[in-house]
Amino acid sequence: MSKPPLDASRRTFLKSSSLLATGSLLVGFELPYSLASAPKANATASIMADAFIRIDRDSTITLLMNHAEFGNGVYTSLAMMVAEELDIDWQRLRWEAAPTEPRYYSPIFGEYLTAGSVSTAGAFIPMRTAGAKTKALLLQAAGRLWQSGATQISTDAGWVVHADGRRASYGALIEVIQEQGLEPPETVNLKPASAFNVLGYPKKRIEAPEKVTGKALFGIDIKRPGMIYGAVARPPVYGSLVIAFDDKAARAIPGVLNVKAIDAGVVVLAKDYWTASKGAKALTVQWDDQGLGQLSTASFTEEYRALSKTDGLLAEDIGDAKAVHEAASAVHEAVYEMPYLAHATMEPMNCTAQVFDDRCEIWVGTQNQGNDRTVVAKMLGLPETSVVINRTLMGGTFGRRASKTADFITDTVQAAQGESVPVQIIWSREEDIRGGHYRPLFVHRLRGTLDDAGYPASWHQTAVGQSIMQHTKHDPAYMVRGIDIYSVDGCLQAPFGVFPYGTAYQIPNHRVESHNPPKVGVRPHEWRAVGHTHTGIAYECFLDELAHLGDKDPLALRLHLTRDHDRMHQLLLRLKDVAGWDEPLPAGRGRGMAARVYSVSPIAQAVEVTVEQDGTFTVDRVVCVIDCGFAVNPLGIEAQIQGGVMLGLNAVAYGAIDLVDGQVQQSNFHDYRALRFNQMPPVEVHIMRSDAPPTGVGEQATTPIAPAVANALFHATGKRTRQFPLDRFGFTLKA
Amino acid sequence: MLTIHVNGEAKSVSASPDTPLLWVLRDHLHLTGTKFGCGISLCGACTVHVNGAPVRSCTLPLDAVGDQRIETIEHLAADGDYTAVQSAWLEEDVAQCGYCQSGQIMAATALLNRNPSPSDAEIDTAMAGHICRCGTYQKIRAAIHRAAKVTQIGSTQA
Repeated sequence: MSKPPLDASRRTFLKSSSLLATGSLLVGFELPYSLASAPKANATASIMADAFIRIDRDSTITLLMNHAEFGNGVYTSLAMMVAEELDIDWQRLRWEAAPTEPRYYSPIFGEYLTAGSVSTAGAFIPMRTAGAKTKALLLQAAGRLWQSGATQISTDAGWVVHADGRRASYGALIEVIQEQGLEPPETVNLKPASAFNVLGYPKKRIEAPEKVTGKALFGIDIKRPGMIYGAVARPPVYGSLVIAFDDKAARAIPGVLNVKAIDAGVVVLAKDYWTASKGAKALTVQWDDQGLGQLSTASFTEEYRALSKTDGLLAEDIGDAKAVHEAASAVHEAVYEMPYLAHATMEPMNCTAQVFDDRCEIWVGTQNQGNDRTVVAKMLGLPETSVVINRTLMGGTFGRRASKTADFITDTVQAAQGESVPVQIIWSREEDIRGGHYRPLFVHRLRGTLDDAGYPASWHQTAVGQSIMQHTKHDPAYMVRGIDIYSVDGCLQAPFGVFPYGTAYQIPNHRVESHNPPKVGVRPHEWRAVGHTHTGIAYECFLDELAHLGDKDPLALRLHLTRDHDRMHQLLLRLKDVAGWDEPLPAGRGRGMAARVYSVSPIAQAVEVTVEQDGTFTVDRVVCVIDCGFAVNPLGIEAQIQGGVMLGLNAVAYGAIDLVDGQVQQSNFHDYRALRFNQMPPVEVHIMRSDAPPTGVGEQATTPIAPAVANALFHATGKRTRQFPLDRFGFTLKA
Repeated sequence: MLTIHVNGEAKSVSASPDTPLLWVLRDHLHLTGTKFGCGISLCGACTVHVNGAPVRSCTLPLDAVGDQRIETIEHLAADGDYTAVQSAWLEEDVAQCGYCQSGQIMAATALLNRNPSPSDAEIDTAMAGHICRCGTYQKIRAAIHRAAKVTQIGSTQA
């Protein structure tokens, strides 16, 4: 059997080494790293042929990853892009999290952020370019070394080889590059897709060996010399302030080192986490709930239902749905209600920080380190460059680790202020579930009519739910005329704001409105697939209602509505085929589907369910077809689809966070249930062949599964569920 | 000071006797492969072997460990080779975020140790207590079947 990676070298964090620091004038991806400016002290150790690639003397290649790895597989995709051009020896590949410098910012967001299922799209040119430039530099060096023309020289898995049989390892060429002051070319040609032999082929995760041996380093695994642990007593009502606290009992626990109030609550510091958590439980804290102790999700739902009957901000008005509805003899109307959802990442929130007089160092799993750094620097009154964030792997995020307020970082930094050692704060599962950051609760009111042929003639949708982006740094970029584009993403036929896509459907009269009720009680937060997690249910289920009303097969109806959207139309034809859509099902079984466009990629799913008399059901089969442009790593795409399906199914089956008297009622996996092993349906993944530039796969599969299941349950039983999660409204996923 | 037997070594720890084994392993012995997920034996992320059986270390207090034999994920490749289960995990490319996988692998290893050729239903039962939020269940099932096959071929040849 093969050997596991027992050396820990690849997990060493990137410090702002002098080699890297010298490139401070370089911004963006296209400029080569200036080798000439590399300090002599490091001259023999390694070179950086590009901002993303470091080559050591022993031919180890280290990639500086500027997108966060949290299960999304992006480290592997980025490595494949480099390897396609550079011919690397995979055994000698290492990775590090790139530091928070402008040249590592996402070219799509213009900040250091991993989100929106756009990493692969954004990196596709820069990482291949980095590989190609590095290769050109190595070829140039070998040419000098061997005094040979370029046509005689090529590369082979970490070696430059001459036609006459001479070979030089990449590492051996460092000396030539440094002695002769060679620079990579300004521009390079990239391989055409037809010449790819890495991209487009299944590639296993590059960090998998560490993940099967327990060596993978997540934020919670950080150990620093002298480090102490913190646990926070957080308020029962999110947003409350500390008035006073009694820490006598906490301080009496051996091993408790300090107790202090921070913005998030009262933190107990101790020699180990268990002691800290015992200390936090022993505190008595008086809270000022800021008047938030009246709030409840039941009253939110009532209020939103009422709001949905009133005129909202107009997001889209194609044709004249209002006039059609005023003139119609009958308008079909339905209200869909989706609850708050917690992310419940397997690794609870955590952070490690050490605060010095003039700087701060942080170790954390984060999607959003650019913003994190800004928030912390502002809080401490330090220049941003004095806040160093060492990004670790993450045990899931689903959006939670892209916090606009850096909440799970600032609590640790505040706790570490005044301490002479690093502090690690770990959230308990209860703190995590009750942590106040949720997919917002939404009510959608939909009205529609059919034309004489039974096809949708008009559509009027009103979306009501707290805005994620309003009053954040992303307001106004993600707010259009006061409308949060995430509140209506997946409802609009035309592109909106920064989202360059609409639904794949064309309904001649199409009106969508939005209400932003007050942002109180919780902090509305992105959750894998964001707006689509609720708009997908409302839109695709109501479309299913119209299909049945017009006596149309749901897939045939969607084929009709996508006549002008070739990518989705072709995808639906494929789904019809691979799902065996027209094959009859036995009694008690049902079939449902949904088709969405999220972050440019069209995706559709067909599911089969079996429902028992009492409403208990199983999902027997999920068939998914996606068009994500060029499929960079089919194996990674398959994993993302399976994961997206699971999370979406989990949420529609069980997911709900309830507030009563301002307090979250759920606390752990017994009342915020996770989908279990035996409940996972087999997911068949089909990827459309495409030469279009790659687009997202990470969130897409979460969007159609919920409505597809709800539609299948209707198909099986004739009972339409418009409130969620399913287990509260008649359908229980079999345990 | 209490002494426990972890991964073939006797270890003295100065933790409070009520400290769950999970936090002894993580904070005192720096064996961070065993993960914290829920703290109340609901998710399986903290699973270790106690005398060869899968046990939730988050609710096993230090003073109840006694001289039982504790093995963690770090022990599996301790001799330098991946176990059949780890190899199957790599072959099937199971992990996504990877956080729950230590517990999943410890559970699968214990299952295969007592049942070298588990059926799908037996796999369901053994793995139902292990939550993965990334959705790797389908690949875990494939990896367990693969490891079972490899182990059986191994024992047939031996």
